[in-house]
Amino acid sequence: MVLEEENEPIIRVSGLLTRFGSQVVHEGLDLEVRKGEVLGIVGGSGTGKSVLLRTIIGLNRPAAGKIEVFGRELAGLDAADRRELEQRWGVLFQNGALFSSLTVAENVEAPMREHADLPAALMDELAGLKIAMVGLPHDACAKFPSELSGGMRKRAGLARALALDPEIVFLDEPTAGLDPVGAADFDLLIRELSDTLGLTVFMVTHDLDSLYAICDRVAVLAERKVLAVAPIAELEEHPHPWLQSYFHGPRARAARKARQ
Amino acid sequence: MVISEVATISTARAKGNQPSDTTWLEQGQGGVLHLKGNWTVAHARRIDNLIRQVRLEPGSVSQLDLGGVTGFDTTGAWLLLRLADRLSISLPDGITAAPHGVSELVQRVSAARAEPADPSRGGNPFVIILARLGNATLEAGREAGAMVGFMGATVAAAMGALRRPARLRLTATVHHMERAGLNALPIVGLISFLVGVVLAFQGAAQLQRFGAEIFVVNLIGVSVLREIGILLTAIVVAGRSGSSYAAQLGSMKVNEEVDALRALGLDPVEVLVLPRVLALFLMMGPLALFADLMGLIGGGLMAWVALDIPPTLYVDRLTNAVSLWTLLVGLVKAPVFGALIALVGCYAGLQTGGSADSLGRQTTVAVVQAIFIVIVVDAIFSIFFNIVGV
Repeated sequence: MVLEEENEPIIRVSGLLTRFGSQVVHEGLDLEVRKGEVLGIVGGSGTGKSVLLRTIIGLNRPAAGKIEVFGRELAGLDAADRRELEQRWGVLFQNGALFSSLTVAENVEAPMREHADLPAALMDELAGLKIAMVGLPHDACAKFPSELSGGMRKRAGLARALALDPEIVFLDEPTAGLDPVGAADFDLLIRELSDTLGLTVFMVTHDLDSLYAICDRVAVLAERKVLAVAPIAELEEHPHPWLQSYFHGPRARAARKARQ
Repeated sequence: MVISEVATISTARAKGNQPSDTTWLEQGQGGVLHLKGNWTVAHARRIDNLIRQVRLEPGSVSQLDLGGVTGFDTTGAWLLLRLADRLSISLPDGITAAPHGVSELVQRVSAARAEPADPSRGGNPFVIILARLGNATLEAGREAGAMVGFMGATVAAAMGALRRPARLRLTATVHHMERAGLNALPIVGLISFLVGVVLAFQGAAQLQRFGAEIFVVNLIGVSVLREIGILLTAIVVAGRSGSSYAAQLGSMKVNEEVDALRALGLDPVEVLVLPRVLALFLMMGPLALFADLMGLIGGGLMAWVALDIPPTLYVDRLTNAVSLWTLLVGLVKAPVFGALIALVGCYAGLQTGGSADSLGRQTTVAVVQAIFIVIVVDAIFSIFFNIVGV
């Protein structure tokens, strides 16, 4: 948490082109993520939401275009600089992607062990703290990922993503597969962490409730680019047919009603 | 007044765009302790030391001033709480001049502060070892029982397929026959050829002492056909296909594909196990025959080169030394070994738990157990053939 708050873009993607073989996923995609905001990424299946996330964190190599995170261009970094940058963000993968041979506490400690210089006792304490902060019971620390439910695994994944107090967290469908109560809790948790820790949240989601509940702005992916980035109230008025059906379908109406 | 040595050490983090900075404490007037610098995870070791070195009487400080803090995160909050505990300062009243968001964070961390775990383990070490031994024995017994049950289920599925051949997955079976049988030919052939060469060379060196070089042909013929060809094939196939079956079925298990089959009303044994077992059952014989041939060729080549036994003489001696029975005694074991390797591999795969670790362990188990069982069964065959006098 850096105490001087500014409204500057923390991630800037410009002219992004990604493709797999002959299939073009993004073409001329531009996106800015502001510091401290919760940005939701929506789009139909196959519009490359997860691909965009993976490209920003460097798991996919774009065919063209520029990606700047914290004002530094990713493509030009050497290995040491990259490692340093990677410590400043955390990623929650779709199914948690916990290391199955480690306990939950060890999973959370893994990034600390690799990247930070911490005494072992403090590391245990901090892992316990992170696990408690994401709302897992204390006895979950010693459990293995295969012994947890899907929702608990996501929470544990979030605890690992937060292990080094990152400035950005990338969440890939954090509430998919959770029951509505669990999903609402998770939304609340993300919002709360974002507020108290000053996190910037980049969240790929399908969950309309999450969009209404916690996102400051929403970016819509369609036609291989970002169609619009705006607070959700503005997007509802957007004339694009996909957005119209997205925000005025029966599920959206229900989510909006729940919000009011 | 600077109260700690550590204060003057600057951070090692000079590289990158983060400002190089320090963390320190200063004692002010009227029971105020000023926290300065960067209270983040990057400086945790320093802060941890700093707090340990604080030599202030509890009660002599009543306020923590955070006005000089330039960076703060959950780690900082955790350590701040520890400092407050040490100085018996009650929070959040004891904090002043906290920058925006900091007191919320401290409260959040304070609320989430986990109660210390009490691992109440222990007990008599002798009892623990005994219990572990007992559990391992029971586990081994259960394992053996389950394995036999699994074999039974496979045989039952095979019988079912025999009665209604339409249920047999022919495409899958042929696919596995190609992968485990046809594609294994080069490696099986090469290994067998080389072992034939070695056998001829070593055998010749010993037999030469008795002037009985020519008996090297008998040695090669009998040992390759009866034992070495089939054993080598079995070991290669266990390493190649047994492990791959365990890994395939194991990752399907982890991925809940096996459960999905069951939920669709399909029997995983029939769909997954039977084609593999059948494929190895059928292909092991041809593979072993090929291994026999290559072993004989390797031995013959070495006999020619090292002992001047020409191929015509080699073949002539060979037909005298071995009969069709020698070959059959070796080959009759092949389908049994093949089926066992596939069964053990599939069983190990289906026993996989939910983790990558478990998958690796089961793959190892598949290979080790398969080779072990093959050699045990080979010994049993040997005794049996000895009794019936083949």
